[in-house]
Amino acid sequence: MIAQQDSHKIEARPFAKQEYTQAELITCVASRLLEDNRSVLVGTGLPMIASMLAQRSHAPNLLLVFEAGGIGPRIPELPVSVGDSRTFYKAVAATSMHDVMSACQAGYIDYGFLGAAALDAYGNINTTVIGDWEHPKVRLPGSGGANDVGSFCWRTIFIMRNQSTRTFQSKLDFITTPGWISGPGARERSGLPHGCGPYRVITQLAVYGFDEHTKRMQVVSLHPGVTLEDVQANSEFPILAPAHVPVTEPPSPEERRLLREIDPRGIVLGR
Amino acid sequence: MERNIPILATGSGELVGWRDPDENRAWIRENKPRGLVDKRMSVREAVERFVPDGAYLALGGFGHIRTPMALIYEIIRQRRRGLVIAGKTAVHDIDLLIGGGCVKKVECAYAFGHELRGLSPAGRRAVESGEVQVVAELSNAAYQWRFLAGMMGVPFMPVRNMAGTDTFEKSSAIQIKDPWSGKPVILVPAAIPDVTLIHVPRCDRYGNAQIDGIPVEDIELARASRRVLLTTEQIVDDDEIRDHPQRTDIPFYIVDAVCEVKYGAHPTLMPYLYAFDEPHIQEWLQQAKTPQGAQAYLEKYVHGTADFSQYLELVGGAATLKRLEQIEQNKGRQT
Repeated sequence: MIAQQDSHKIEARPFAKQEYTQAELITCVASRLLEDNRSVLVGTGLPMIASMLAQRSHAPNLLLVFEAGGIGPRIPELPVSVGDSRTFYKAVAATSMHDVMSACQAGYIDYGFLGAAALDAYGNINTTVIGDWEHPKVRLPGSGGANDVGSFCWRTIFIMRNQSTRTFQSKLDFITTPGWISGPGARERSGLPHGCGPYRVITQLAVYGFDEHTKRMQVVSLHPGVTLEDVQANSEFPILAPAHVPVTEPPSPEERRLLREIDPRGIVLGR
Repeated sequence: MERNIPILATGSGELVGWRDPDENRAWIRENKPRGLVDKRMSVREAVERFVPDGAYLALGGFGHIRTPMALIYEIIRQRRRGLVIAGKTAVHDIDLLIGGGCVKKVECAYAFGHELRGLSPAGRRAVESGEVQVVAELSNAAYQWRFLAGMMGVPFMPVRNMAGTDTFEKSSAIQIKDPWSGKPVILVPAAIPDVTLIHVPRCDRYGNAQIDGIPVEDIELARASRRVLLTTEQIVDDDEIRDHPQRTDIPFYIVDAVCEVKYGAHPTLMPYLYAFDEPHIQEWLQQAKTPQGAQAYLEKYVHGTADFSQYLELVGGAATLKRLEQIEQNKGRQT
């Protein structure tokens, strides 16, 4: 399964006079990245809600695919596992991991979501171990499907609800899943499929992309009330920024209404 | 085309479960009956006969979906030791086995976590203390392609994931130059588990089994394994299987034991039949926060019960099971 652990939750600074929560903002940003008539490999938690929100707003024909075998379900309520029977409820197919992962490797899957304990400037992530691999300080679940998402999906979107100097690291203890590895051309030289890789990183502070020439992270937009100084203070590595940085569009009333419909009990979004 | 194929990189992880394809063919010829044999037996007998200490063991389903819990409890009850576990999305299954002291090594695609329910205290504690050793890493797709190679009787499978990462470096895979494209390609070695445990909704007495919903990787895993132990919600007549032969996911000749255990996946989810027993899963996760708590849980529910039916009574019996059936079978009608 796609790792979603938030093992180092930090309290993000409150936004000024906002009506929406941080989780709602992140989910809406993620949702808007998903274009209609495309496919997305979905994990549990926020990515699931973002994908469901996209389907109920601008992308009704977004194809949801789950690594354990669910393809194109009409999800009745939030699944707690990527193999939960809700992931193949009224689906077009309840198939195997081999089938889904082969589709990913063959190039059918446009978007993939990833979360992580830590990420570096190239979008490489660690979900395996904190400290030494043989004598771990903290043992995390490992790759699960994360390495497969990061290797195969055309565009990988990262959700990190806890950006800080502990999670945005200069050097990872372990590279579980490939981002741009060490810069332009590194993925292809390593043997990964050509032309795919990290696309966006969404945190509680900002939205990031990757610089075309260096493949290092750069700011795409700052969430309302957040400054470039805030962004840099919460990262071990320097983050690039263009001359003009727009503000992230907050959730609309309609998006918030749909989110309450999707997660009425606030299981993932909280209340 | 390249005439000399160079090895570009070699993973340093321990090679778990690989066998020479000819050695395995000979073993299959000798040990797997091709005739229809009645394989019905108790869970106790299946574990006694087919799960030795130190076995390389794989669990079907998906961590807490269609998990073969009755067999897992019996392995703990019989105090098996030194097991090597295929951590292929291992969740509640491996957690209990580790808590029961049965596990020595894990090859890890996903383990020590419970997806949305968080990290697993028992698994983490065992790895961080060195009681359980992680001997290799890989991804979910890489693991199931190891089983695919095992099923096919070939020594390895070429794949295009894991390149450029520590996941590859700690795996048992190697990387060569693809003789056709000239690009680097990774070869994952075949995996042949000594024993695989799978829970299914129905099968006949010979082991012809149907799975409802997603088979996950059980098609490949079962065929790759030397011994396959099935628990089933229901044993049906052979004719019922033959009426719908397109529905047979696992054919009899790869199955070694058939154990009828209704609710045999409790407290995990059985698609279309019963939901997670969320309070019970939470009870384990709470208790597992300390070694004493984990032991108390296992004393009460596993060692303190003679078999799975006693366990079901202890978790609430018919009332609990009816509630779980209603939740799962009403899915989609609530919203």
